Amino acid sequence: MVADKARIARQFIASIPHSRTLGMEIEELGDGYARITMPYHDRIVGDAKTGVIHGGAVSALMDTCGGAAVMSHPSAPGGTATIDLRIDYRRGAKPGDTITAEARCTHITRNVAFVSATATDSDAENPVATATGAFTVEGA
Amino acid sequence: MAARRPPDPVQVVKQRRDAALAALAGGVPYIQTLGIQFDRKGDELTAVLPFKDDLIGNPFLPAIHGGVTAAFLEITALITLCYQWLWEDVESGELQVEALEAGELPRLPKTIDFTVDYLRSGLPRDAYARARVTRSGRRYASVMAEAWQDNHARPFAMATSHFLMPRSDG
Repeated sequence: MVADKARIARQFIASIPHSRTLGMEIEELGDGYARITMPYHDRIVGDAKTGVIHGGAVSALMDTCGGAAVMSHPSAPGGTATIDLRIDYRRGAKPGDTITAEARCTHITRNVAFVSATATDSDAENPVATATGAFTVEGA
Repeated sequence: MAARRPPDPVQVVKQRRDAALAALAGGVPYIQTLGIQFDRKGDELTAVLPFKDDLIGNPFLPAIHGGVTAAFLEITALITLCYQWLWEDVESGELQVEALEAGELPRLPKTIDFTVDYLRSGLPRDAYARARVTRSGRRYASVMAEAWQDNHARPFAMATSHFLMPRSDG
C-alpha cells in the first residue's frame, strides 16, 4: 500500500515536463520525505559571468521536492499544490555541481501540509538554500 | 554658467534603454531557457512568459510548474530592480551602449530570500509579471512582484523578495 503510493508519486513526478527539462531525478521518496537531484547545466545559469545557477532553478527544485514529500506522506490521500514557499539563499551554488534537495513534511493536517527543505551542492554540510512551505492536502 | 545640454534624440534614448535591458536579460541564461521577454514602456517593465509545453508542472490539469512561476517572479523582480538601479546611468549616458552590448555590466544584486504565494493555478497560456521596488537602499532592496494571465485583476501568484546590492566601491 505504502510502496504503491510511493510508486504513484514517483511516476507523477517523473512525468512533470518542466522537472524533466531541468533533469530532476528522484533519489529517495516515501513517508513524507523526498530527495531529488538536479544536474548542473548552462541552461539554468543565472549569472553568465560566474556560471552560478539561478535562484529560480533552485526554487523549481525545492517546489518539486516539497510537493513530492507531501504526496509521499502516509496521511496524504492524493495530490497537492503549493500554497506558499519561502526560500533563503545562503550562498551561490558551486558552478558544475549537482544540486540535491531534501524535503520533509514536518506536519500534516486534513487540509494543509507543512514542509521544510534544504538544497546542497558538493559541500553537503553547508546548504546553498533552505526553504519552508505550506502545501494543500487534496482528496484522493 | 554652462549651457544646458540639449536633450538626446528620442531614438538615441530608446536605443540606450533597450540596450541596457537586453544586456541585463542577456546576462542570465535561465531567462532564455524559460523564454521570458520584457516589454518596456519608459522605465516600466512587463515581463512576458509565453506558454510552452515544457513549463508544465501538473500534466493532468494542466498547470504551469510552481517552480517556473517562482522563477518568473524572481527574474521579474531582479531585472526590474537592476533596471531601476541602472536607470540614472543609462539616462545620463554614463553607461555606454557599446559597453552594455558587449556584455560589460555592473555586478548584479544577489537574492537574499524569496517568498512566493500561489493564488490560483497557472493556466497553459501566456503569463505576465510586474515588480515594484519597495525599498532601494545602498545595501539592501525589497521588491514585490505579481504575475497574472488573462485578467490583471486576478493575479495567479505574488512574491516578496530581498536583495543584497553589489558594493559600489567594487
